[in-house]
Amino acid sequence: MNKSVKERVFDILVEICDEEIVREDIDINLLDEELMDSLDYTDLIIRLEEEFDIVISPSEYTREESDTPAKIIGIVEAGLQK
Amino acid sequence: MAMFEGYQFFIISGALAIPAIIMGIKEVPIKHYTLAVSIFMAILAMKDNHTAIGYLILYLFIEVIIMKSFLKIQKCKGKSKYIYYLFMILSVLPLVIYKIGGFANLSIFGFMGISYMTFKTVQIIIEIFDGLITEVDIVDTCIFLIFFPSILCGPIDRSRRFIGELNTVKSRDDYIKSLGDALLEILTGIVYKKVLGGLLLLAGTQYAYVYGLYLFFDFAGYSLMAVGMGRIYGISLPANFKAPFISVDMKDFWNRWHISLSTWFRDYLFSRILKDVMKKKWFNSDRVLQACVCMIVNMTVMGIWHGLEPHFILYGLYHGVLLALTEAYQKKSKFYKTHKKETWYKNLSMFVTFNLVMFGFYLFSGQLLA
Repeated sequence: MNKSVKERVFDILVEICDEEIVREDIDINLLDEELMDSLDYTDLIIRLEEEFDIVISPSEYTREESDTPAKIIGIVEAGLQK
Repeated sequence: MAMFEGYQFFIISGALAIPAIIMGIKEVPIKHYTLAVSIFMAILAMKDNHTAIGYLILYLFIEVIIMKSFLKIQKCKGKSKYIYYLFMILSVLPLVIYKIGGFANLSIFGFMGISYMTFKTVQIIIEIFDGLITEVDIVDTCIFLIFFPSILCGPIDRSRRFIGELNTVKSRDDYIKSLGDALLEILTGIVYKKVLGGLLLLAGTQYAYVYGLYLFFDFAGYSLMAVGMGRIYGISLPANFKAPFISVDMKDFWNRWHISLSTWFRDYLFSRILKDVMKKKWFNSDRVLQACVCMIVNMTVMGIWHGLEPHFILYGLYHGVLLALTEAYQKKSKFYKTHKKETWYKNLSMFVTFNLVMFGFYLFSGQLLA
């Protein structure tokens, strides 16, 4: 249970994208590489909200602001500080 | 004078651009000039219809009051879904009155741009509820709503992005660079809309394929001009088209066709109903089924927004069903997963998509139900 935020985000991303590569390349572009579509994005938001007990609005971040594992980790960290 | 039509518009907007360009190069804020030009252009475009100008003023007044009241109530009483829905309905009401009045040949709230403006007001209400918007500045909000390059038919911008840019002065180098882009966009837009669109119009838009291509060149041309014109005032409106006829499937098509509309629906309707449906575990938590239902609802509402006539609703429903079928096929078919990256498959898929899209335009034109 003592996993870091980063590890927990990776676990969710691996499940959603169905690819281990998201764990290996923190700056991989999830949209360009077709690892995540609109449905996955909504799924991601719900899972992050449940996992971290934060609230993320679907329009809060543009796709460009949330298209890599690194950026998503940043969003969660920002949400945890609110 | 009609927006982006005729010599009068281009001469006047060209002359009005000169002070904006000088201010941009000298790094002087263009915001208040933008407001003045937008008011002037709105009056000029509706000068033969004083009632329309009256409705626009009334609309702005009502919408700003709705936004400010909602913000204040939420600050005092905290979040309430019922209050949120009430304000959402109030915000859309003028458009609904306008559309229903249309059936009785009434033009209540009939003014240039009400359909597109409604997207902007609803977006603000939604983001106030989400806590993303914490203040409503009257001047900034009015400029956002009536910004003349996008008042008529978009592209549909987002308020936080627009207002942020409106209050930022670009560096001289950045402004000059964007001016170059603007010129290219406006010229390309003129060629698309006036030359290519005009030729297709002559060819006869009763033919589905000609009509589809005409819609693209006419609207993509208009959008390019709007984006280019926006840059002169220091605003980077979102792009609306990205080579839609090379789409490999229907999902890809909606990422390339009228992008500011489809992403608006994605962010403010689709994602939100999907989020609710997923959280409430409807449809036995079948993710594909949940997505399919939300896609059909989303696109049908998009169709209704175009107009209450049956062919618009059918157009929305058609795209909703196609997106749902695409989703189900791509998630469940082994054949798709095995072949999706092969050239022959991509070409075939592109060909099928192109024809499905063209049939959609045929529905949109209303000829089928006429």
